[in-house]
Amino acid sequence: MNSYSGFSLFRNALTGHRHWSRAWRDPVPKKHYDVVIVGAGGHGLATAYYLAKYQGVKNVAVLEKGYLGGGNSGRNTQVSRSNYFYPESGAFYEHSLKLFENLAQEINFNVMFSQRGVLAICNSPHEMELYRRWANAIQMNGIDSKILSREGIKKLIPHINLDCRFPVYGGFIQKRGGISRHDAVTWGYARQASAAGVDIIQQCEVVGMDSSDSRVTTVHTTRGTIAADKFALCVAGHSSQLAAMAGLRLPITSIPLQAMVTEPVRPILHTCLVSAHIHVYVSQSDRGEIVIGGGADLYNSYAQRGGLPVQHENMEALLELLPIFSRLRLMRQWAGVCDMTPDVSPIVGKTPIDNLYISTGWGTGGYKAIPAGGDTLAHTMVHDQAHDLLKPFQLDRFETGHLIDEGAASGVAH
Amino acid sequence: MLRIKCPWCGVRDQTDFQFGGESHIARPETPEHASDAEWANYLYFRKNPKGLHYERWVHSYGCRQWFNIARDTLTHEIIEVYKMGEQPSTRSDTGKANKK
Ligand SMILES: Cc1cc2nc3c(=O)[nH]c(=O)nc-3n(C[C@H](O)[C@H](O)[C@H](O)COP(=O)(O)OP(=O)(O)OC[C@H]3O[C@@H](n4cnc5c(N)ncnc54)[C@H](O)[C@@H]3O)c2cc1C
Ligand SMILES: [Zn+2]
Repeated sequence: MNSYSGFSLFRNALTGHRHWSRAWRDPVPKKHYDVVIVGAGGHGLATAYYLAKYQGVKNVAVLEKGYLGGGNSGRNTQVSRSNYFYPESGAFYEHSLKLFENLAQEINFNVMFSQRGVLAICNSPHEMELYRRWANAIQMNGIDSKILSREGIKKLIPHINLDCRFPVYGGFIQKRGGISRHDAVTWGYARQASAAGVDIIQQCEVVGMDSSDSRVTTVHTTRGTIAADKFALCVAGHSSQLAAMAGLRLPITSIPLQAMVTEPVRPILHTCLVSAHIHVYVSQSDRGEIVIGGGADLYNSYAQRGGLPVQHENMEALLELLPIFSRLRLMRQWAGVCDMTPDVSPIVGKTPIDNLYISTGWGTGGYKAIPAGGDTLAHTMVHDQAHDLLKPFQLDRFETGHLIDEGAASGVAH
Repeated sequence: MLRIKCPWCGVRDQTDFQFGGESHIARPETPEHASDAEWANYLYFRKNPKGLHYERWVHSYGCRQWFNIARDTLTHEIIEVYKMGEQPSTRSDTGKANKK
């Protein structure tokens, strides 16, 4: 595999970019692997990468029913931050943010991580009181978080309409938060995993599983039967279906979350703006598109499109805050099927089935978690014991009652 | 946009309604004897099918009555609307909606 660099770009330009090597291999599935991971989204690919690169497990396959990165990892709004309320979440997401800060070097792929700040604004005095408490709690977790006044917000986003319906009272910002390029993250992990020996097998849907003695032995796929010593499910919105193949029930509900982008314009918005109250979040991509998201469609659905009413709500909220965008044309709109848990925190680790591991419940906020999710799940699979950062995020918390209720705490779960 | 037929008011836009999750979930008969696993199952674990789903909705901005719907979670087709306390006439064990 050739390394990507300014020099390689220059050299390939001289030969008309005709000699770039393939980014990853397209192998035929083998009959047996040490580890089979189902789902080539960010979490599946990152897990494979950390297994091969850091845990010495190279005989790994990642099975993907469509194309890699075609699920939520290629559909999200790319926001990373670690300003979660509870210490358990803070520790985990801070690990991920730190990995993001060095990710381009780590995987030799420009993921364009731009730490432009993630600003959450308050649209009521009560919310402002809560946010002061949150900002404090976050600082107590050792994570940067700063309260901004109305003037501070106006300075950051001159076009904002502070006196909209539900006027802006202030907000808090995590300056180390930001956005990156989601395709680059999945492609980068895929490329390095493949180079380290991982077989990434696309167009390969898992349709059934065989188990005996509380162990999964083989998976049935559209490209034949594959056996492995250990299996991991990293299938986001399809977690309930895959778990059911192994006879397992999950506390997961699949709902669609939408996003949309406008036509590209010159740089105008230099931070990620989030309002939990009137429910919209917006940033500008490196291509100049205004990227908009908001509330989810609140009913079970496996349709990756989302409904019109939510789209309208997102737009109303956006135009209240930033009327300057009213004449932009929307270019694309889509949705991803999100794996929601009752406490809006993920479930990552072991399952009641001995050699089956799971990474799910990332819901509407698991893009930022991809590096840490992969790192800690790989560690968990090798040691057959939850990584320290994952201990609070085990499936049994729904029986013991130790929920990590981030749904209420982070206000907006992105 | 879903168009939902409230059994009391007739067809209205989805924005009139709110979703109330899976239907027919029974609270443990003798709560004082229910195990942690039974409580977890009742409170948190859901069927989440890709296909036919029995679910509750409430006509929040209309008559404010709760009722049940049998809906396909992939196509969003509403196959049946039935009242609280009633059982659906649409049945499926494959998870795929099949019209009666
Ligand atoms: C619109 C939107 C905006 C979002 N914004 C943000 C954000 O700003 N910040 C943030 O942190 N998070 C965000 N998220 C959440 C984030 O995108 C997800 O949590 C994350 O990408 C999940 O990664 P994953 O690898 O678990 O799942 P996915 O990327 O969905 O990968 C799962 C893969 O499994 C495959 N699969 C499914 N079934 C099978 C099968 N039977 N056999 C083989 N393969 C199968 C799928 O095809 C898919 O490729 C957003 C999500 C959406 C939808
Ligand atoms: Zn009604």
